[in-house]
Amino acid sequence: MAGKDRSLIAVIGDEDSVTGLLLAGVGHIDNKQRSNFLVVDAKTPVEKIEQTFADFTKRKDIAIILITQAVADDIRPMIDDHSEAFPTVLEIPSKDHPYDPAKDSVLKRIQRLFGEA
Amino acid sequence: MSGAGPRLAVFPTRMALTAMKNRLKGAQTGHSLLKRKSEALTRRFREIVKKIDEAKRKMGKVMQVASFSYAEVKYSTGDIGYQVRESAKSAQLKVRAKTENVSGVQLPAFDMFIDGQNAFELTGLGRGGQQVQKCKDTYAKACEVLVELASLQTAFVILDEVIKVTNRRVNAIEHVIIPRIENTIRWITSELDEQDREEFFRLKKVQNKKKVVRDENDRAREAVEGWATADTAPVNLLGQYDVDDDVIFR
Repeated sequence: MAGKDRSLIAVIGDEDSVTGLLLAGVGHIDNKQRSNFLVVDAKTPVEKIEQTFADFTKRKDIAIILITQAVADDIRPMIDDHSEAFPTVLEIPSKDHPYDPAKDSVLKRIQRLFGEA
Repeated sequence: MSGAGPRLAVFPTRMALTAMKNRLKGAQTGHSLLKRKSEALTRRFREIVKKIDEAKRKMGKVMQVASFSYAEVKYSTGDIGYQVRESAKSAQLKVRAKTENVSGVQLPAFDMFIDGQNAFELTGLGRGGQQVQKCKDTYAKACEVLVELASLQTAFVILDEVIKVTNRRVNAIEHVIIPRIENTIRWITSELDEQDREEFFRLKKVQNKKKVVRDENDRAREAVEGWATADTAPVNLLGQYDVDDDVIFR
C-alpha cells in the first residue's frame, strides 16, 4: 500500500524555514527540473501556492509535505480536503509564527472525532 | 417489530432450516470477531493520537532551536539562502516507508536515512563553516522529529479509515444480516408447523372418513346377518318321527 518509491520530503514555507531544511539536505531537483520545495514570500500569489501543493500531492515520489503554518492558513481549505495517507501533510512553525495547535488540520480532525466519540 | 419484513427467499424445508441456523451462527461469530478487531484498532488509535499530540509539541520546540541556529548563521555568515537553494541537487535526506501489521492492518512507518555523501560545498565558508555545520545538524535533528511525526500521522489517517469501515461492517451485520436470518428462521419454522398441522388435519379427516365408511359397512353386515340368525334355530331331525302312533303300546 505504501508507495515504495516515496522517499522525498517536500517543503513549502518562508525563506528561512525552507533554507534551513535545505541545509539539512531535503532539497531535490529531479531530471525534469522539478524541485520539491517552494519559497513563499509576501509577493507569492495564492494560486501558485495552491498549484504547487496540488502538484506535490499528485507526485508519486513525495512522502511528506512540510508546510509552515502561516502558508498553510492561506490554503487551509485545500489542506482540510487532503485526506489521503500519502503524502502526509505536516504543519511546522516558522520563526514568526510559533506552533498553534488550534489551526492544525490533523488535530482538528482528531478533535472532531473525539468530540463525537 | 422493525425489520420483521425482510427475509431471505428460500423454500421452507428442514434442510433450509438447518442451513439458516448455521448461517446465523456464522454471522454471530463474525460479528463478535469484527467487534473485537474494531476495539483493538480503536485502542491503538487512541495511543497514536496521544503520541501525535506529544510529538507536535516536541516538534514546536525543536523547530524553534533550529530557527535560532539559522539566525546565528545569518548573523555570522550573512544570508546563505540563495546559495543553498541553488545548490540543492539531489536530496540526501530521504525517507523509507516500511509497513507494520497491526491487527490485520498494514500501517506505514517512515524511516529517515542519508542517501549519498554529505557533500555540501558550503562547509567551505570559512569561519562561518562551523556555524553552518551546526545549523545543518540542528535541522537534520528537526527532520528526524518531523519524520517520526509524519509516520504517526499517516498511521492515524489509515487507521481512521479502517476503523470506520470495520464499524460499518459490524453495524451492518448487527442490524441487517442477523435480523434477516432470524426472520427467515422464524418464517421457515412457522411454515413447517403449518405444514405439520395440515398433515395432521388431513390425516384426521381421512381417518374420520375411513371410520364412517367402516361403521356403515358394519351396520350393513349386521342387517344382513340379522335375518339369518332368526331362522337358524337348530333343527331336530329326529323330532319329525314323534308324530307317528306308538304301534306296540296301544
